[in-house]
This record gives sequence, structure tokens and C-alpha cells, in this order.
Amino acid sequence: MKEQKWNELPEGVVVPEGGNSQGTYIVAGWRTFKPVVNSEKCINCMTCWIMCPDNAVQASGGKMLGFDYLACKGCGVCAEVCPVKAIDMVKEER
Amino acid sequence: MKVALETNQLMAFAMKQIEPHVVAAYPITPSTEVVQEFSQYVANGDVRTEFVAVESEHSAMSACLAASLAGARVMTATASQGLAFMWEMLHIASASRAPIVTIVANRALSAPINIHGDHSDAMGARDTGWIQLWAESAQEAYDNVIQAIRIGEDPRVRFPVLVNYDGFTTSHAVETVEVLEDEEVRKFIGSFPRPEVNFLNIEKPASFGVLALQDYYMEFKRAQAEAYKNVKPVVLEVAEAYAKLTGRKYGLIEEYKLEDADVVLVAMNSAAGTAKETVDKLRQAGKKVGVLKIRLFRPFPIEEVASALKGAKAVVVMDRAYTYGGPAGPLFCDIAAALTNVAQRPLLGNVVAGLGGRDITMEHVEHMFNLGYKALERGSFEPLVTWVGVRE
Repeated sequence: MKEQKWNELPEGVVVPEGGNSQGTYIVAGWRTFKPVVNSEKCINCMTCWIMCPDNAVQASGGKMLGFDYLACKGCGVCAEVCPVKAIDMVKEER
Repeated sequence: MKVALETNQLMAFAMKQIEPHVVAAYPITPSTEVVQEFSQYVANGDVRTEFVAVESEHSAMSACLAASLAGARVMTATASQGLAFMWEMLHIASASRAPIVTIVANRALSAPINIHGDHSDAMGARDTGWIQLWAESAQEAYDNVIQAIRIGEDPRVRFPVLVNYDGFTTSHAVETVEVLEDEEVRKFIGSFPRPEVNFLNIEKPASFGVLALQDYYMEFKRAQAEAYKNVKPVVLEVAEAYAKLTGRKYGLIEEYKLEDADVVLVAMNSAAGTAKETVDKLRQAGKKVGVLKIRLFRPFPIEEVASALKGAKAVVVMDRAYTYGGPAGPLFCDIAAALTNVAQRPLLGNVVAGLGGRDITMEHVEHMFNLGYKALERGSFEPLVTWVGVRE
């Protein structure tokens, strides 16, 4: 990615678009535990999708599909908020 | 219209006329009455402002910042420890280009605990990136606060503004002041030019308060530093429009009898008035003296100051705050920097006076001018910094 010069930046400390860290910062290496969803238990309530601080929950058409493991840093919020305990935090194998 | 009000009440009155969308404030002497009176206007339904009563100045400025970035016109008032407690957020507000207007009744900083007037609080905020306007009188404070809204919110500027006046000496003094009609104020400041990128515009999602490390921090700060170049012309433009409306004309600085002055005293806020009186008295005795008053302290009007002082033989800079362990007072350092590239530099000396509300009398000011004359005889100020009005 080309680095912008000072006079090419937007005014203020703003990045004028949403979700801009997607695909830019890979935080997979931070992870000790990774979330794994049991789709049989999942009720597609989307609570994990709302609560994930890194937009790492993949969803489409009202269905929870899984995780973007490049964007997930393994914080475990999704597993914590899941009302039906459909997400397990599994130790990473290195 | 003429009114006789204490300056703090006058500031609350100005805020009522401005009717900001949000005011978040925490009371502190000597600025308490500003928000106290304003909260009464809110309670009485005179304004539709959302008043946020917070538990500290840290929270006050945090709430102001968030409201401003959400696209609201925002004001608050504070002083001394309160302004110091806002310090973190002051930097974030300026870098985030949040045009909050903060009224400051300038007061000393602890320790020792002191509630009276000096400039330590605003000087502590000197490098936070806020525009700073200073006022000699209640009239100037009123005129500055109205103009501050338009200066800060101008799309070419969009920086927060501190409106300063001396604690007690000015804040608690009753003056007869010429004020505008509500409708005139409303027309002068216009509706808030809400930036397209704000918290509440879901059509344009954005990330606020972003992280920028070794790869981007410096570019952000370089861009911010550049933006202050737009402030001076806008301050003058707004002053001209204000003069058309009121007949009261303001510049970046005020030059009082400088044309032929040998010795010039530089002052800010209420002491400038005492200095002018003293100049009149000394002029009757045949002394060629003058006063330079700084109205726009940040961004510092280097060219105008250099041009105003280049004809003088000796310049005495009065600081009502001190830079402990530093070379001299904060205003002195700026004046010296402004004169760096002037070929025929006047002799430069610094006086520290009026700390913690100590009176600055005409006798003190006369002594300051005499220090200038002494320096002319000797060829230099010796010592560079003299404390005036202190027991020794």
C-alpha cells in the first residue's frame, strides 16, 4: 500500500471509511485460543457478529458462517456472549 | 443595547444568545458563575441546549469532544486546575478539529492553593493546539466569545478556541457593556456548519480517534501544524465583519502609542489597561513609551508582533505566569522568537508580576518602564528576568 504524504491526509484524526482495518492488519499471530462454532447449536442470533471488536465474524443472509481467522485475535468475546454456548475457544496448535 | 453585568454573567448571557447544542461543564472558581447562570437559562427553558452536568473537568471536556465530533456546536467554561484537568482532551480536541469554545477566567495553579487571577492555566494550555483569544475588559471578553464561535467553526479553521479574561479582576467586575440583540448574534454566527464526517452520519461511516504509529503519526501532526496558517486571516475577516456590525474593531494585536515609542511594554488581559493608563501619565512627563497588547496568543502572530516592535529601543515583556526552570516567562520566549529575524533588534527584558492575584499597579508598570530605560543606559537587561511587586 502506498503511504500517503501529510498533505494527502483527511482533516482531523479520522479515517473516512468504515471497516478499514479489514485485510490491512493481520492479528492472527496474537491468538492463543481460537473460536470454533458448532453450527448445530447456533441459532443465528448475530450477537457474536455485533459484539466482535474486529469484524471477524463472517455472516451472510442472516446466517452466521464462521470466522475470518486473519482478523480474529482470539479475545473470546463471541464465546462469552453466545446465549446458547455454541462457540468454543480451542487452544491453537503451533 | 447596554447592560451592566459581571463579566461571568455576561459570558452566560453570551452563551444564551449563542445557544450551543451542548454544554458539558463542571464548576470552578472564578468561572463558576458562567455555567451556573447558564444552567439556569437551561432550567428556565430559555435555551434548548443539552446541559451535561459531569463529575469532573476531565469528563466535561470528554463530553464536549464527543458532542462536537457528533456534529454539535459545543461550549464550556473553566479555570485553573479545571483547565489543567482537561489537558489530555485539549490535545485530542485540537487534533480532531473539534471547534469547541471554552471560556476561561484565568487563575493561578496550585501549589500553594490560590483562587485568584494569573495566566498559569492558559499558559499551561499554550501547546495544546487551541486558538487563544485574550481580553482586557468585559466588553472585549463578550466580543471575543461571539467571534470565537465563528472563527473556530470556519471550515478553513475548525479548531477549538479558548476565550481568556482575568479571574476576579475581570470575571467578578461589573462593567457597562454594549451587547448585541439575540437575533444579531444568531445571524452573525450562523447555523453550525456540521462536517459531513461525524459520529451520527450513518451514510458516511468513519473511524474516529485512530491509531497512527511510526508510519503515520508525523504526517498527521505535520498536517495539523500547517492548518494554523489559516487562522490569522479568518480572525481578521471575522473581526472586520464584527466591526461592521458593532463599530468595535479588533486586530491580532493592539498597538497603543507605539509609533514613536522608545520603550514598549508587552502585556495581556486586564494589566494592559493599567499599562495604557501609565503610558498616558508617563507621556505627560515627556517619556516616549507605549504598550503592545496581544489579543491572539495562539497561533502567535509573529509577523505582526515583529513589525510592531521593530522600531522600539527596549521591550519589556510582562508575564503573569512563569516557566519554572526555563529561560524566562512564556510570553517573553514568544516575543523573543518573533524578533529573531529582525535585523535591528530592540533590547529585550522580562518582568514577572501579578501572580496569584497580586495587584499590578501603575507604580509597578512605571517601574517596568524604568527597567527598560535602565537597560538602554547599560546596553542590556541585567538580570534578564525581574520579579515586580514581590517582597525582597
